[in-house]
Amino acid sequence: MSVSPEQVRHIAKLARIAMSDEEIERLVPELNAIIGWVEQLGEVNTDGIEPLTAVIKQKLRLRDDAVTDGACRDAILANAPGAEHGFFAVPKVIE
Amino acid sequence: MTDLTNLSIAELRDGMRGGDFKAREVAEAYNAAVAAARGLNAYTVETPEDALAAADAADSGKSTGALAGIPLGIKDLFATKGVDTTAGSRILKDFKPPYESTVVANLRKAGAGMLGKLNMDEFAMGSSNETSAYGPVISPWRRTDGSNVSLTPGGSSGGSAAAVAAGIAPGVTGTDTGGSIRQPAAFTGICGIKPTYGRCSRWGIVSFASSLDQAGPMAKTVRDCAILLGAMAGFDPKDSTSLDQPVPDWEGALSSNLSGKRVGIPREYRIDGVPDEINVLWDKGIEWLKDAGATPVEISLPHTKYALPTYYIIAPAEASSNLARYDGVRYGMRVEGVKTLDDMYSATRAAGFGAEVKRRIMIGTYVLSAGFYDAYFTKAQRVRALIKQDFARAFEQCDVILTPTAPSAAFGIGEKMSDPLAMYLNDVFAVPASLAGLPAMSVPGGLDEQGLPLGLHLIGPEMDEQTVLNAALAIEERAGFTHRAEKWW
Repeated sequence: MSVSPEQVRHIAKLARIAMSDEEIERLVPELNAIIGWVEQLGEVNTDGIEPLTAVIKQKLRLRDDAVTDGACRDAILANAPGAEHGFFAVPKVIE
Repeated sequence: MTDLTNLSIAELRDGMRGGDFKAREVAEAYNAAVAAARGLNAYTVETPEDALAAADAADSGKSTGALAGIPLGIKDLFATKGVDTTAGSRILKDFKPPYESTVVANLRKAGAGMLGKLNMDEFAMGSSNETSAYGPVISPWRRTDGSNVSLTPGGSSGGSAAAVAAGIAPGVTGTDTGGSIRQPAAFTGICGIKPTYGRCSRWGIVSFASSLDQAGPMAKTVRDCAILLGAMAGFDPKDSTSLDQPVPDWEGALSSNLSGKRVGIPREYRIDGVPDEINVLWDKGIEWLKDAGATPVEISLPHTKYALPTYYIIAPAEASSNLARYDGVRYGMRVEGVKTLDDMYSATRAAGFGAEVKRRIMIGTYVLSAGFYDAYFTKAQRVRALIKQDFARAFEQCDVILTPTAPSAAFGIGEKMSDPLAMYLNDVFAVPASLAGLPAMSVPGGLDEQGLPLGLHLIGPEMDEQTVLNAALAIEERAGFTHRAEKWW
């Protein structure tokens, strides 16, 4: 499989990265080279093999359903590029 | 008096305990060395006061831990409370975490101080440090041909590796997703170990690929790595993949007597196009381990050639998901002057991420997108299962595996940047152990014909860091690698 400029533009949109036409043009052959290379995995017979999701086997631990911290609003907002009235501020979403 | 910056961590520790010198003298010597080595671009932030404070706590008897008064360099991927943590990226410019990563907190508990934050490839994506928003780290090493070409210290833990090799930190933290501790250790003639996945908490480490990322130490000697790893590791309830297992006394159990041990030599790691001197060193490594009492056995890891393509599906997929959090809302930079929220996200990410990070997010988004998920991502996870199975079978026949660390010595800055695939191939020997979550270590073996360090690579079964460290110690004792980069900076 290979990607077209339209597909790359679509992926950029999904990835939320603004890209100029020149950037798209440059990425098309780069992505195609990488995609072409990873496609050699098609040679491997993986019938009946479970996909590996946890590399070291262990049970997923669940913590108690209880508040373990809190009352740290200022710490959470300390690095926000825009914070107002104790909230994260973003550009207007609704006119 | 000996130059304190030449000593190992074990020597510093013992010297301070024995009253030969004060922790404050050590911190001052390192602070001065750090300030004098800015031409290497290894540190992004210097924290001399932090190192002095830990030294004073040690000198006054307030801290008595395993690393009391030892100053360390911290890779910029680790959150450090109140100190810039940027992952080498513009998008996290000026980010000051209000919390400490667990690994750094553990090191502090053991009494260590911090010399500063170490430069790295952006979000740990790179093998040469050239993707850093701060510019590349220059290796302290130079070729003996008199060309004075600037060489890469490797990556992504390149600032970490250069700092130890240049004597501007006695030990450092690194992280390894597909070789980012081991390849730079090999390039700079130092030691570095990636423990079993889950040994070190990932809490507070900026995420790249969560199923692969693992912290580990880099230092001059195998013993120093054992000391540092002992302080870094441990169960952490804040990381759901942290292993709830006791931390062994790795330093206490160090032994280079390998009698009864079998060393696996995987035939698939003899790869076409790898320079002869790499294979010659590998053969020397086999002889050294035999001399230490081990028996070499040929083993097969049949899916080796599929490890890199598997990695370059799984790592970008996880990265694209992890890096979705950088959108200009909660921390980091934000591009202003755009009309909609969507435009703010995409303009911020376009301006904040470098080319390699964008490339990997794009690959990751593609392989996870509707219609391709099974063909790429699920397929890669299945092949990953086979790679893990290869190792499990191999460890029925051997106790530890020996390979070269990297397919070449350090290359020049700029030499491989134009070809992403050529750059990715640099981790060909390191990536399989990462995919399998196994402990793996690089130890210096010798110099190539241009006078540059080459590393040998040991891979152990899961949870068995001790055998890896012991085999590395056997090589260290026999290789007699005492070369240091000649000071030019």
